[in-house]
Amino acid sequence: MRFIVIGIYFGFVLMKTEVVSWFRIQEMFLFDHIFMYGIFALAILTGVISVFLIRKFNIKDIDGNPIQINEKDNSKTKRYIFGGLLFGLGWGLVGTCPGPLYALIGGGYLILLIPLFSAFAGAAVYGAVQSKLPH
Amino acid sequence: MIETFWSEPGLNFHLRSLNSYVYNKGHSWQFSLNCFFIQHSLNIDPMFYEILARPIPWYVGGPLLGLMVPILFIIGNKAFGISSSYRHVCAAVIPSKLPFFNYDWKKTGGWQLQLAVGIIIGGAIAMYFTPENYQIDITSGTTETLRSYGISNFSGYLPEELFNWNSLISISGLSILVLGGFLIGFGTRYGSGCTAGHGITGMATFQKASLIATISFFIGGMLSAQFLIPLILK
Repeated sequence: MRFIVIGIYFGFVLMKTEVVSWFRIQEMFLFDHIFMYGIFALAILTGVISVFLIRKFNIKDIDGNPIQINEKDNSKTKRYIFGGLLFGLGWGLVGTCPGPLYALIGGGYLILLIPLFSAFAGAAVYGAVQSKLPH
Repeated sequence: MIETFWSEPGLNFHLRSLNSYVYNKGHSWQFSLNCFFIQHSLNIDPMFYEILARPIPWYVGGPLLGLMVPILFIIGNKAFGISSSYRHVCAAVIPSKLPFFNYDWKKTGGWQLQLAVGIIIGGAIAMYFTPENYQIDITSGTTETLRSYGISNFSGYLPEELFNWNSLISISGLSILVLGGFLIGFGTRYGSGCTAGHGITGMATFQKASLIATISFFIGGMLSAQFLIPLILK
């Protein structure tokens, strides 16, 4: 239940900052405005400061457990380049990241169910061909 | 055109009555939703509505989005990310022995599916506070470029001439909606993350993998916007 509440916050902010907008994404990739880059930079900065504070003061989660900040698998490179490029191509076309896709569907743009179900299909196909791809 | 309060400080965001928002909304289901809210439950002050109807400026929105990282760490002990939800959905609905989908999706991914449901509700609430004829205030340069691709309707969050059910029978619609969606799902699983998991969480924890992935996202997106989109639309 608590994750639903956090999701509501995230969905609301995504819409109100307009990062869900196809127009904004095109503007960003045409390098016409600082808008999206500023949002990214400040979001990352906020994350950096929070993670620093969590580590420095050894902050626990609300259940009292130590917070686990896992490393990604940094031994691989190819999967991040190829996967990243493919996702980027899709991002530029649909103009929405995975989070905004959900937010816009909630906002009444039901046509985005098509890219959402295509994304499920994409994940399924990846699962099927995973062993044949370079990682 | 919606004025954001950073470009025009003060209260020039002109105060219309709540009714003008309610009775001019584009989506009919929202119209009924609004009427329901007005008549039965919420007694929303027009001033309050005005404040929530404004876009959040980027320098406030960036930190608010970045706060997802500590919120999820502290409230759920989870690393912020959303695209893995696609994998959990597949694991839940596809009866499969594929190792990629053979895991306890409820235990691993239940929280992320809840997050996705929350995002959908949050999007609906935000849309309720989105005025009629809402227009994203993009730069004139972008507007001109998009016009040259044949886009003329700039109202709402998306160009409705590309994002409609009829466009599904055209090559451009299929490329954007089906191919684009497929690439989002395939690419995020191949690269194991999206703009949230790699771009924000991974970058904020200084992961080399996320730096590589994020740079690749931007290269891919740029190629789409600068080459594929004009190719498809022209």
